[in-house]
Amino acid sequence: MGTDFLQYTVSGLTIGAIYAMVAIGYNAIYSVTEIINFAQGEFVMLGGLFAVFFAGTLHLPLYAAFVCAVILTGCVGFAMDRFIIERARDKSVLSLIVITLALSIMLKGSAMLWWGKDPYSLPAFSPGGPIRIAGAAIQLQALWILGICALIIIGLTLFFRKSIYGQAMLACANNANAARLAGIPVGHMVLLSFVLSAIIGAAAGVLITPVSMMDYDRGALLGLKGFGAAALGGLGQFFGALAAGLLLGLAESFCAGYLSSGYKDAVALFLLLLVLFLKPEGLFGSREAARLKKY
Amino acid sequence: MTLAAPRSDAPILRIEGLEMRFGGVAALQGINYEVPGGIIQALIGPNGAGKTTLFNCISGVLEPSDGIISLEGRRIEGLAPHKIAEYGVSRTFQHVALFKMMTVLENVMLARHPRTRCGFLAAGFRLPGMRSEEARIREKALEYLDLVGLTELAGLDAGTLPLGKQKILEIGRALATEPRLILLDEPAGGLNMRETEELGDLIQQIKNLGVTVLLVEHDMNLIMDISDRIMVLNYGEVLASGTPAEIKENSAVIEAYLGVEDGISVSRKRPEGEPGY
Amino acid sequence: MGRKNWLILLGTAVFICIFPLLVTKIRAISHYVDVMIFAGIFTLVSIGLSLLMGYAGQISLAQAAFFGIGAYTSGILTTRFGLNPWAAMPAGMVLCGFVAWIVGVPALRLKGHYLAMATLGFGVIVNIFLAEQVNLTGGPSGLTDIPAMRIAGFKISSEIAWYYLVWGIVFCALIFCLQLLHSRVGRALRAIHEEEKAAESMGVPTARYKVQVFVVGAMLAAIGGSLYAHYVTCINPSSFNLMWSIRFMLMVMVGGMHSLWGALAGTVLMTFVGNEWLQMFAEFEILVYGSILLAVALFLPGGIVSIVPMIAARRRKRSSTIEDAVS
Repeated sequence: MGTDFLQYTVSGLTIGAIYAMVAIGYNAIYSVTEIINFAQGEFVMLGGLFAVFFAGTLHLPLYAAFVCAVILTGCVGFAMDRFIIERARDKSVLSLIVITLALSIMLKGSAMLWWGKDPYSLPAFSPGGPIRIAGAAIQLQALWILGICALIIIGLTLFFRKSIYGQAMLACANNANAARLAGIPVGHMVLLSFVLSAIIGAAAGVLITPVSMMDYDRGALLGLKGFGAAALGGLGQFFGALAAGLLLGLAESFCAGYLSSGYKDAVALFLLLLVLFLKPEGLFGSREAARLKKY
Repeated sequence: MTLAAPRSDAPILRIEGLEMRFGGVAALQGINYEVPGGIIQALIGPNGAGKTTLFNCISGVLEPSDGIISLEGRRIEGLAPHKIAEYGVSRTFQHVALFKMMTVLENVMLARHPRTRCGFLAAGFRLPGMRSEEARIREKALEYLDLVGLTELAGLDAGTLPLGKQKILEIGRALATEPRLILLDEPAGGLNMRETEELGDLIQQIKNLGVTVLLVEHDMNLIMDISDRIMVLNYGEVLASGTPAEIKENSAVIEAYLGVEDGISVSRKRPEGEPGY
Repeated sequence: MGRKNWLILLGTAVFICIFPLLVTKIRAISHYVDVMIFAGIFTLVSIGLSLLMGYAGQISLAQAAFFGIGAYTSGILTTRFGLNPWAAMPAGMVLCGFVAWIVGVPALRLKGHYLAMATLGFGVIVNIFLAEQVNLTGGPSGLTDIPAMRIAGFKISSEIAWYYLVWGIVFCALIFCLQLLHSRVGRALRAIHEEEKAAESMGVPTARYKVQVFVVGAMLAAIGGSLYAHYVTCINPSSFNLMWSIRFMLMVMVGGMHSLWGALAGTVLMTFVGNEWLQMFAEFEILVYGSILLAVALFLPGGIVSIVPMIAARRRKRSSTIEDAVS
């Protein structure tokens, strides 16, 4: 009984870390532009499938495949902003929603063309069976996921606190007009936010593929749940996304374990609806700040 | 055409202890005021003094952080805007919130909404009552257009009108809800001298119909000309209130707002004949 | 509702009536009747969405879910409980309306992105439910052997009979919606779309109306779902997923979301694209839909029906500058 609980906790934290990374991706773009990128989930999908390509087809070693997949997806994010989103900056909220939705299905459609409908897998980052802690069997990949997620969090924190680009992005997030007047190239910051968001999403994708495989269709659900974490944490709240992602992962894992595994996807979505209906500013967002943003 | 009951002595609007806070900033604090029925009540103050915030609290756009607002004895603070409109408060907006893609007539017809009833089913199935109600709506709307002198423009899209006519249309639209209290938010903004004079006449007309007018304006000539009472806001508090003559002489007001020289700011109106934008 | 609309309605009705007579003469396209039946069914879903998006200005990615609830309610009530299809259809409408109301009241307080995500999430939850409740819905394989509908004892089984039944219902729905738009309610909806705060201060209960439009759209989708279930006789959750909600949005946007005729035109066009012209390139389907949606959103947000007024306006502008130059 106790080992079950530990098992579910670990798997919950693992998938929660993935949701947190997707949520951070949403936050990166949202805080600079007030756009919700409906294609966020596809970055995750592309990360995983690109890694499969680099590792499987090109036979690159796994770490190289990771890096290449992440960079390539970053390029996709770059192209997305540079060629499409930039053109649509002045359009209505409805148009922007439709545009990012359209981009997400285009990416999904392209993935289906290239990789077909089958799911693909990656070997785990380090070989070997699960390790036993207090009676629970913990996959090594889970440790990789938690570890790399932690690294990403630390990296981002340093980036926003120390790097000039990070601080410029925060300035844009706070007040884009003031940032522009201060000489910050807001357009470049938006581009950077898309690239960052794509990179983090892709990393999540590569990390999760050895655990649960990846196919062309996985992006939508991952993106939706990731948004749930972003909303639960409060859009734009960096650490809120982390906490909410882990919370969501745990909720899903416990539901799958103790209640019903068929409905586990519905858990995260149900929580998403609950947040949106009851407390749209999330657990850590502020009501007034949320009112000022034009969701 | 009488829109409202003749003036009585009871105040039409009573504000007690009104406060509006945004985060740490208090936009309005400790506002206590009574507006007698049937007058033109002006509300002046420097930019940021809280005038539009006060309007937003009265019309229901904002829920006050504290305090009571009563319309003819009925509490309306925190109610939904459409409910407050039903109870008889109507308003115009600083940025002329006309429905630009609807015609002039349709804009005014829309304002008949709180006085009419047909809903989704009646409309979709064209139930018997609906057609006659539509005819009555159209008739009444034309009456109000006539009142403000825009009948010839009835079929034009509202967005194509010049600014002066748009402002008049917005007032006509607000009147069509048959309000007891109408809030005018800087109606003279962007108007030239002749248009402002016509506006002043229209506002007097509204008062003669029995509707109480609450007027936010920066044009001091207009304010001094037509207002019965003036309330001065500064930093979210009532600085002074009284008749135009009293306010003109009030040293605190002069210091805070009206300018140093002779108490009335120089009119910055463009000469007559220049079009509004 | 305006002479223009009656004329268009009449013209469209005439075309719809004679369409099968023309098309069945030619072997190669005689199956177009079948495609048009689907187009009609989908139109019921898309005009509801058009009211919501083009007039009330709200987005919804849940239409496929309501389509599915209508289809499954009809399917379950007729197969498991032997109910008459004509009784099952209103039951589906009522259930959809109720669910739409429950979801709509909190959801439509949200705007823009949040509303889109909320409806998206709701739609996926419904889809998961349809796939998981095996005892009720048949799970991933769905329901089969859904009985046919009957009118006055005659079984509706031929394509022609289905065609006229579906389009007859579509026209009733069109008339209802057109009358709704040219009424006090329609004005209020257009006002909400343009200046919501001003509409509210003129006494329009914006929150209530948004929910009511959402409910109307859901109920229309339910009718479509019922017809769909009885026409194809076997249904499964994959016809009511997110991709379908996006397809319905695409139909509305391609045709022009600010016009019911746009929704109709867009739906017929995209149904032919999907059921006919893309059949040979099935792998490209998703990519094509995405590209069309992107192109429309970027370059032609008013849809196809906005092309005519755009050309007219451009011609007017050109001629007026020549006149100015001359005088």
